[in-house]
Amino acid sequence: MMKNNIILYAVILIFGLAAPFIFPAFKVQLSILCILIVLAITWNIQGGEMGYNTFGNILFYGLGMYLCASVQVGMFFPLAEWTESGGEKTFVHTPAQFFQGMAAGLVVAAIIPTIVAGLIGYSILGLRGHYFAICTLGLGVAAGEISGGIEIIGAGQGFTTPPFPDVGRLEARGEFFYFLSFFVLIFTFIAVKAIYSTRFKLILNAIRDNEDKAEAMGIQTMKYKIIGWMISAFFCGLAGGIMGGLVGYIDSTDVAFDGREMGVFMVLMAILGGKGTLWGPIIGATIFHIFKEGFWTFFLGWQYVALGVLIVVIVIYFPEGLMGWLREKYPERFGEVIDEEDRKAQVELK
Amino acid sequence: MDFLIFQAPILMVQASMDGILLGILFALIAYGMALQWGVMNIINIAQGDLVILGGYIAYFMYLYGIHPAWAVIVSPIVMYFVGIGIYKLVINKVVDRDLFISILATFGISILFMQLMNFAFGADVVLANSGYGTTMLFDNSVTLPNSKIFAAVVSIVFAIGLVIYMKKSKLGRAIRATAQNARAAKILGVDTEKVYAATFGINAALCGVAGALISITFTIHPYMGLPYTIRSFMIVIVAGLGNLPGVALSGMGLGVFEEFADYILGTEFRIGSVFLLLVLILVYRRFKLSKKREYLK
Repeated sequence: MMKNNIILYAVILIFGLAAPFIFPAFKVQLSILCILIVLAITWNIQGGEMGYNTFGNILFYGLGMYLCASVQVGMFFPLAEWTESGGEKTFVHTPAQFFQGMAAGLVVAAIIPTIVAGLIGYSILGLRGHYFAICTLGLGVAAGEISGGIEIIGAGQGFTTPPFPDVGRLEARGEFFYFLSFFVLIFTFIAVKAIYSTRFKLILNAIRDNEDKAEAMGIQTMKYKIIGWMISAFFCGLAGGIMGGLVGYIDSTDVAFDGREMGVFMVLMAILGGKGTLWGPIIGATIFHIFKEGFWTFFLGWQYVALGVLIVVIVIYFPEGLMGWLREKYPERFGEVIDEEDRKAQVELK
Repeated sequence: MDFLIFQAPILMVQASMDGILLGILFALIAYGMALQWGVMNIINIAQGDLVILGGYIAYFMYLYGIHPAWAVIVSPIVMYFVGIGIYKLVINKVVDRDLFISILATFGISILFMQLMNFAFGADVVLANSGYGTTMLFDNSVTLPNSKIFAAVVSIVFAIGLVIYMKKSKLGRAIRATAQNARAAKILGVDTEKVYAATFGINAALCGVAGALISITFTIHPYMGLPYTIRSFMIVIVAGLGNLPGVALSGMGLGVFEEFADYILGTEFRIGSVFLLLVLILVYRRFKLSKKREYLK
């Protein structure tokens, strides 16, 4: 089993590194896929392991996006003039400035949302169930509406992120963003896998299964809930920062705090793959992205109709997701020992 | 803004009047929300989109030369059947499941409706002009459009009518019984499936009335649904389920809050302040309850 896993990881790693050269036309799509997987994995920490179904991770994603771009611009040029002139026309980043700005921007984009999550965590995570869901939905939309009214980051007209500098090769932009997002994905995967093998994951699961009992067992549930949320926020911020550079244009409600698209996608991808598993969100995000791109290309204009129908169908008919379905079908593969007599007894009880 | 709002009493009266009249409309939508939440235990994110759909019915009557005020009668009838249709297709599968499932499923319906309305009616901001004129108060210093007064009166009539219907009619009694205990109601011979369908239909009809009134007094747009959902959710959690005077009062309070936010912060922050208020109210209640070691559930 262990050997199989290593081979699997090696194959995925090699494929990931070779992908932009095998499919040069799909570099942007592959980068977006990496970002989507990161978002799905981090949503799963909340919704799957902890049982706190959030619509609010979009807040950290959008925050990271704005912060990364603002730092990247603000380090070298006056931010207000940049947004007023629509960006690239007046000021041009040299390659060195661009990469330095991007690096600093990503650090800020990861750290500030983490701090924000820690600060608001105590108030928000005290809510439970659907109150938490609606409250985080409100947070995300409020952030979008409010950032749409702030002049210095472009208000309603949007914020152009620094264009990729001229380094001599046309392919450089796509490859840079692909490898950046791929490494963030690997980093996220390793970090989350490491977290899931510790006691921390068991505590999160205890909170999901019964928070009152977990508290009665002496677990400081609030502390762990906040830490869990901060971990999500860290990776969401990173993903947002990269996505901002990749898209090249930040709009408050359509790109950054896009609760109607990205905010729902996160939830949907994790549910489609299977909540509460490590691989579920990854598989879910991949399937969802392929499906979505197909729809977005062939049924242009009807994509939201398709999306709405898709949400309803997934939620009603596959609430356990692919991994849940597989788990029910082949429980032995998931390390569950089945006592045949006990199972029969339970079936009879039903 | 270089003066304090308290130095402008006329503006304050104007904002309060507008807010109260607007709030009565919100309360009508929230009443529908409370009804379905209490009876079926679902939270309907598509509530606001039903409102907008109701508004488009009034707009269409206006386009074809019928006075939009008649939509107050037509819209609920149409919307009742739309509601029954949604119930039969989707809602009946989420009624007895986790609340989050209902939130997500209705979110899907909301996105679907938004886009279908966008296709059918276009992405323009429209209104159904009733041509009712305005009333001037206090030496012409405060203006009140008659359409707003009409909307408030119609809302109150519908709300009172519904309360009487719920108290007196057989279906109303069945709905209340199901809300108290669905299983016991079933044992006593209430067809809960029918009751659920009717509840959702009544909710949709209320949304239809409110939507028609909104398209007469304000404007409608396919993507404007979500704020109405959030407003009604907020009103319900402040007032509590099954507390009708509370719903009316907190609806008016929300309307006044919005008008003042509009004047003080500027129109671009109006929707944002509504959503922020929701977060603040939830957080406030969470801290208040945590003193007693309880939580919102």
